[in-house]
Amino acid sequence: MNMQAAPRHTVGTAPQVGQPHTRNDQACHDLSIRVRDLNLWYGQTQALKNLNIDLFEKNVTALIGPSGCGKSTFLRCLNRMNDLIPSVRIEGLVEMDGRDVNATKMDEVALRRRVGMVFQKPNPFPKSIYENIAYAPRMHDLVSRKAEQDELVEKALRDAGLWNEVKDKLHEPGTSLSGGQQQRLCIARAIAVQPDVILMDEPTSALDPISTATIEDLMDKLKQQFTIVTVTHNMQQAARVADYTAFFHLGEIVEYNDTKTMFSNPATKKAEDYITGRYG
Amino acid sequence: MSQSFDEISAQLQRRHRKSARLKWLSMGALGLAGLFLVLFFADMLSKGLPAFQQAQIRVELDYNEDATRMGRAALDPEVSRLVSRTFERLIPGMLADDPELLGTTETRWVLANAQVDQYLKGHTHRLNAAQQATVDRLAEEGNVALKFNTTFFTSGDSKMAEASGILAAALGTVMTMLVTLAIAFPIGVMTAVYLEEFAPDNRLTQIIEININNLAAIPSILFGLLGLAIFISFFGVPRSSPLVGGMTLALMTLPVIIIATRTALRSVPDSIRHAAFGVGCSRWQVVRDHVLPLAMPGIMTGSIIGLAQAMGETAPLIIVGMVAFIPDVSATFTNAATVLPAQIFTWAGEPDKAFVEKTAGGILVLLAILIFLNATAVVLRKKFERRW
Amino acid sequence: MQTDQLLALFSGVLLLLGLIAFFLGRAKAARVRAGGTAMFAQPDQYAWFAVLTTAGPAILVGGLSAFLMLLLGAEIPPLYLLAGSLAVAALGLAVGVRQVKPDFHARQAIERVIRWILVGAALISIFTTFGILFSIIFEALRFFQMHSFWDFITGTVWNPGASFLAAAGRADEGASAAQFGSVPLFAGTFMITAIAMLVAIPVGLLAAIYMAEFAPKRVRTLAKPTLEVLAGIPTVVYGFFAAITVAPLIVDLAGVFGLDASFNNAVAPGVVMGIMIIPFISSLSDDVINSVPDSMRQGSLALGMTKGETIRDVVIPAALPGIISASLLAVSRALGETMIVVMAAGMRPNLTANPLEDMTTVTVRIVAALTGDLEFESAETLSAFALGLVLFAVTLTLNLVSVLMIRRFREKYRVNNL
Repeated sequence: MNMQAAPRHTVGTAPQVGQPHTRNDQACHDLSIRVRDLNLWYGQTQALKNLNIDLFEKNVTALIGPSGCGKSTFLRCLNRMNDLIPSVRIEGLVEMDGRDVNATKMDEVALRRRVGMVFQKPNPFPKSIYENIAYAPRMHDLVSRKAEQDELVEKALRDAGLWNEVKDKLHEPGTSLSGGQQQRLCIARAIAVQPDVILMDEPTSALDPISTATIEDLMDKLKQQFTIVTVTHNMQQAARVADYTAFFHLGEIVEYNDTKTMFSNPATKKAEDYITGRYG
Repeated sequence: MSQSFDEISAQLQRRHRKSARLKWLSMGALGLAGLFLVLFFADMLSKGLPAFQQAQIRVELDYNEDATRMGRAALDPEVSRLVSRTFERLIPGMLADDPELLGTTETRWVLANAQVDQYLKGHTHRLNAAQQATVDRLAEEGNVALKFNTTFFTSGDSKMAEASGILAAALGTVMTMLVTLAIAFPIGVMTAVYLEEFAPDNRLTQIIEININNLAAIPSILFGLLGLAIFISFFGVPRSSPLVGGMTLALMTLPVIIIATRTALRSVPDSIRHAAFGVGCSRWQVVRDHVLPLAMPGIMTGSIIGLAQAMGETAPLIIVGMVAFIPDVSATFTNAATVLPAQIFTWAGEPDKAFVEKTAGGILVLLAILIFLNATAVVLRKKFERRW
Repeated sequence: MQTDQLLALFSGVLLLLGLIAFFLGRAKAARVRAGGTAMFAQPDQYAWFAVLTTAGPAILVGGLSAFLMLLLGAEIPPLYLLAGSLAVAALGLAVGVRQVKPDFHARQAIERVIRWILVGAALISIFTTFGILFSIIFEALRFFQMHSFWDFITGTVWNPGASFLAAAGRADEGASAAQFGSVPLFAGTFMITAIAMLVAIPVGLLAAIYMAEFAPKRVRTLAKPTLEVLAGIPTVVYGFFAAITVAPLIVDLAGVFGLDASFNNAVAPGVVMGIMIIPFISSLSDDVINSVPDSMRQGSLALGMTKGETIRDVVIPAALPGIISASLLAVSRALGETMIVVMAAGMRPNLTANPLEDMTTVTVRIVAALTGDLEFESAETLSAFALGLVLFAVTLTLNLVSVLMIRRFREKYRVNNL
């Protein structure tokens, strides 16, 4: 086994570029997003180098690695949130549903409609709890009648495990909730538009341990319906919730494996050092 | 189950158009505001630039006996109607001063009256057909011409448009601003120093702060009422004088200077104060020797901006009577005077159309001064701007 | 002797005494120190202390007596006053020089005085507010003694015409009794303010949206100060622009539609005032929109919202308190604006809903009442203060509400630059 993965080959001696070295047998293996030779620059600085990775449908994939290794930047490539930064330049292929999402022809709004996102800090809109969720589906014409809308709000809140806590105060501002509740509200908001993929950018880093556990349980449930890609600093969290784990280092994917293998028997020295806490 | 990209994109067409519409609309709004600015300056320039030129006429002066009593007698009757009456009125005096002149003749350029001036500039005028023909002929002979208008910059107000100038008002502005600055600058800086460096955080301090913010937003005309009721009626400061005008404007400028000074003081990092305290300075010594010098560029910038604001202010000065008719050019603190904006106001109210270009000319001068002041402030800020 | 001669004499002698105090104080301190005694302060500080004890009480005495003379009409012969205050100065000099002792904290004493001077300066802004308030209230009360407050607030006819005759004791000669019903003035003020806001709020807000959300950084850094030029132009200049350029334009334009407009119509000053106010709204709104956290925008975009929808449904509602605050300040500004309406609006109190007619405003009547050779005691002159009182109350309320709203916004998003 090649311990120092060559820059162009992310998974050492992996049989096919971008695929995990070993596969989780219980998981469903339909391809959701295929990334090939992705490079990204902030001005002159290269932040992502030749990334190749396949993300599988209805799985949780965790992206781990030390700070500044590019995992959040990579996450934002998947729904083109990097477009908001003027100095960013992207090369390479991010393919979803047979389409290159970076193509100029690709409508980034349509992309984000199918690839939702939950952020590090909960960011509910300055609206009521109900409106926080109903707003986007209404704009997307997913609901036409008030009754449908009510139903959708309830379903999203139930799926996010928040219904019982807020059902009596749906018209209070979303910002009145606790941090953990706000984050679940943001998850409910994301799933209400029925995306295919949900990106989570360190969704629990601003939360207390109990809220974190709730959200981890939630991720486990949500993968029945959605493909989830999550960035986390917390290795135990990756070990608990993820089916696959990719280890990032200095803008490269050093190792990509099913989670069990990654944590029990990492293929690379760097990943092993990181997982065992030598740095990070 | 979920929709494809193409389906979603198709649904999005309408929403994208709406979004683009907002972008173009908001861009249009900014453009419209810019257009207003351009139109405004174009209008002022087109109306005001002609004021810097003035018609002059070359006449033959015959200093005869009659001219000692009535200046017009020295002029050819055909052109006497075209010459400014302010010049005609000078002739008897010239003869009295220099009796040698009597009986001689002289050819010289003199000020033409406003109607000739307006006619030459193609504006509305009140010359009759015969006079127009005369002017045309004189112009062809080169005896009537538009020349640089020195009168405008060297004389005070006049009831005759061609003889009126802005010097008296400009001097009044200078005197008034001196008073304003002499009062507002020290008090403003001291107030800011107290609030930033000395004041305990108590009720009184909070009241002072709210009060200063509120003063900055009070309509300027109310300061005029204060000046009238307190400075003039109560303390007996002479009405219409630069003193009372300057005092009134000083109170208006105070909040601007205080707020600017506080910002400047706040931008001096605490490490400087700690260092000075560390070498045994008292609080006052820290402020005087370390904080104030570092904050000075910011204080100057704010004061210049406050001064520029005060310089353009008219309403409170009208209330304290600074719209007087001031034909004599003199620098005074306690006699009646006028200021540039008040002079503009007075001219704007003159029924004679020839005053329109004087008004616009005065406006151009005022705007030039204000732009100069603000540019100075910007340069000062750029030059001394320091990132801690 | 003239007052200014007295003043010159007073200052001259005081200056001399101050100089003497300075050099005496320093010399004595230097002598003590040279004698080998350790002192609490520097010689210069003792010298300054002596100057303070010399000049301070003397100025205080002089100022206080002058004030008493003005306020209470006390008769103090000026020469006695001069002599008295100079005597106080001489006494102060003696005390000051005596105080030059090794165990005296001259520096602390000076700094206490400086502190009080600073407090005094800070109080001047408070005195200004009270000065405005009292001068207005006092005169306004005199007005309301002559005319009922109720008629002033509810009356629909403003006709001060003959009031100066009443003041001259010849009331019966006036053709009709003076009437001071302020409703038409306020109607005119609100009409012109409404027109100004109709121009300024949409243009200002949209321009702010463009600058904050769409414009490239370079455009923004250029556009903002350029727009602020509009706010720096003196109002008298706008007045001229409104009267000479815009008003005839409005008349012509109305003529195209077959409407009859007055040359003193309310639209011209309204529109020009709106142009003047654009930067007030655009600058503050731009700041407020910029301080809406980016996470809001990202949250909305990540749901598949377009940029326009994000701005309309998320950013603007979040920034709303700040935008309302800016608009209230702008309204306050428009209500109190004087020169534009004095020069371009009418003089005739006219209760109408037609903006093409001429109408007058509160500030126009204040100026009209206080210019010209009117008797200060006449009801018309005093009516200016009554109008000023209402103007003060309204603008004060608007300013305070605006400050409260911006404070709420600031606390909500923890931004400090507003």
